[in-house]
Amino acid sequence: MRLTSEEEAMLAGGRGEAVRDALRYQLAVGEFFGAERFVPITNAHMMGDIEVMGDGGLAWLKATGAKRAHACVPLTTNARCFDFEHAARLGQDAGEVAKERELIGCLRGMDALTTDTCINYQTLYQPHLGEHVAWGDTGTVIYANSVFGARSNFESGPAALAAAVTGRTPEYGFHLDRHRKGTLVVRLEAPLDDLADWGAVGKIVGEKHQNYYAVPVFTGLRRTPIADELKHLGAALASYGSMGMFHMVGVTPEAPTVEAALGGNRPVDEIVIDAAALERVYAGYDLADRSATLVVFSGPQLSLFEMKALAEAFGGRKVHAGTQVFVTTSNGVKSAARNLGYLQAIEGAGVTVLEGVCFYILQNLTQMRVANGWTNMISNSAKIVNIIGAHRFNTILRRTRDCVEIACTGKLA
Amino acid sequence: MHGEARMTAPLATIRVARAFGPVVEGEAVVSTEGFSPRYDLDRWTGLISKPGHKLEGTNIRDKILFFPTAKGGIAAGWAFFDLKHKGIAPKAFVFGVTNPVMVQGAVFAGIAITEGCDPHPAAVVRTGDWVRVDPARRVIELLRRGA
Repeated sequence: MRLTSEEEAMLAGGRGEAVRDALRYQLAVGEFFGAERFVPITNAHMMGDIEVMGDGGLAWLKATGAKRAHACVPLTTNARCFDFEHAARLGQDAGEVAKERELIGCLRGMDALTTDTCINYQTLYQPHLGEHVAWGDTGTVIYANSVFGARSNFESGPAALAAAVTGRTPEYGFHLDRHRKGTLVVRLEAPLDDLADWGAVGKIVGEKHQNYYAVPVFTGLRRTPIADELKHLGAALASYGSMGMFHMVGVTPEAPTVEAALGGNRPVDEIVIDAAALERVYAGYDLADRSATLVVFSGPQLSLFEMKALAEAFGGRKVHAGTQVFVTTSNGVKSAARNLGYLQAIEGAGVTVLEGVCFYILQNLTQMRVANGWTNMISNSAKIVNIIGAHRFNTILRRTRDCVEIACTGKLA
Repeated sequence: MHGEARMTAPLATIRVARAFGPVVEGEAVVSTEGFSPRYDLDRWTGLISKPGHKLEGTNIRDKILFFPTAKGGIAAGWAFFDLKHKGIAPKAFVFGVTNPVMVQGAVFAGIAITEGCDPHPAAVVRTGDWVRVDPARRVIELLRRGA
């Protein structure tokens, strides 16, 4: 890679050990991908919690903190594995809670904003067209690239932290024009009335094209999609297909036309998604023991608008005895939902609203599943239905209104 | 035993497009399904635990893992380092197509990783074979057949 004189000085230790180590690490990653240079970034968003980092990761973080690592651009944090208010009731491990607090303290010592949200793009920061950022998780990245026209690769925890410490990231992948062109075309003929439908589209397309550099171009939608719909689409594409970008003609900034979105590429595939294709997705789930003891609205965290919709759906109803329902959202959204009365309506129905977490990364989730005798996990999020498998849940995607109905009747159809 | 293997000419060679990490040898596990440490792996035992995964029940410890694709997910960035800390890490990841997180995670943990294979591994390597990954030379060599 070609380094600037400033970067040479950083590698020589001129800005301290932490900067040197971070740049050295970024250099190795950049060289793998054949990056020619670094690009400056304005914002970093990192995943870092004890469930994914483990003791080794925490020890590394503490050692890095001791080297005076410091974020030189705003660094926010992704959803984590504890909502401290609920940890004991959920049977989470007190020792791990203590480590999580230590970890958060360590990140704050590096000047990270421990916002603990995976919907930073809805609640915290909206980069503009062409702006380079270093974000993770994957749902944040695909939203930044696709909807804002900003530029980010999937940056894992250590990579996003390194980017915040050095203020730059290697220029490969979606930082480059050539990877941002569409590679396949998807015509949307289904009505897509529910957020789960958008996730199902992401599942259909993502499963068929598991490739970071596959960039679908969506056409055919006869109305303007809202942010939460694009959020569920993007999260599912990233989850099932490991994709980092999509275009929607007439909607996203780099897709005024199909031709512009493809940028000269000949599409490798043309997929049509009609109502029947969506119904096949919903019909494709094994209902196992038909239990309906766990319904989850999470992955990504819910926006205020999703909270309002759930407040209306659950308002005046009660969750079925024996069924547990979880919602996850950010601190900011939960606070606003409380001010507006949505939170009271949702909690009044017997739903547990967790903040700062995502359900699938909760510490001790496998043990929680066993202790509660959960078999099926029902959700309107295609992403979480895909991602929670390692904890051995049988997962079922259902539309939002069906999830609410299942939650209140305890009956899975 | 390993030294002996190193002396003999490889039975077959796969060239890779991109690579990082130390030279390693180990038993191959060849998967027809992609991989994510978050979706598919019990990160406390090293067993592939996702119900229905093509490798369900396989332990990844010390293995050379061949996956056609990467799935998801940001978690690999920390998870590979954690696996190494717990002593249950694989020796190398060989991907057909990978994503940046797998590379960031492997580099962070100091685990060998490669992307792009010619010829396709399925044509050359079977689970149980003994292989060597040499990132600097960008080759994977089949040293001997498994039982």
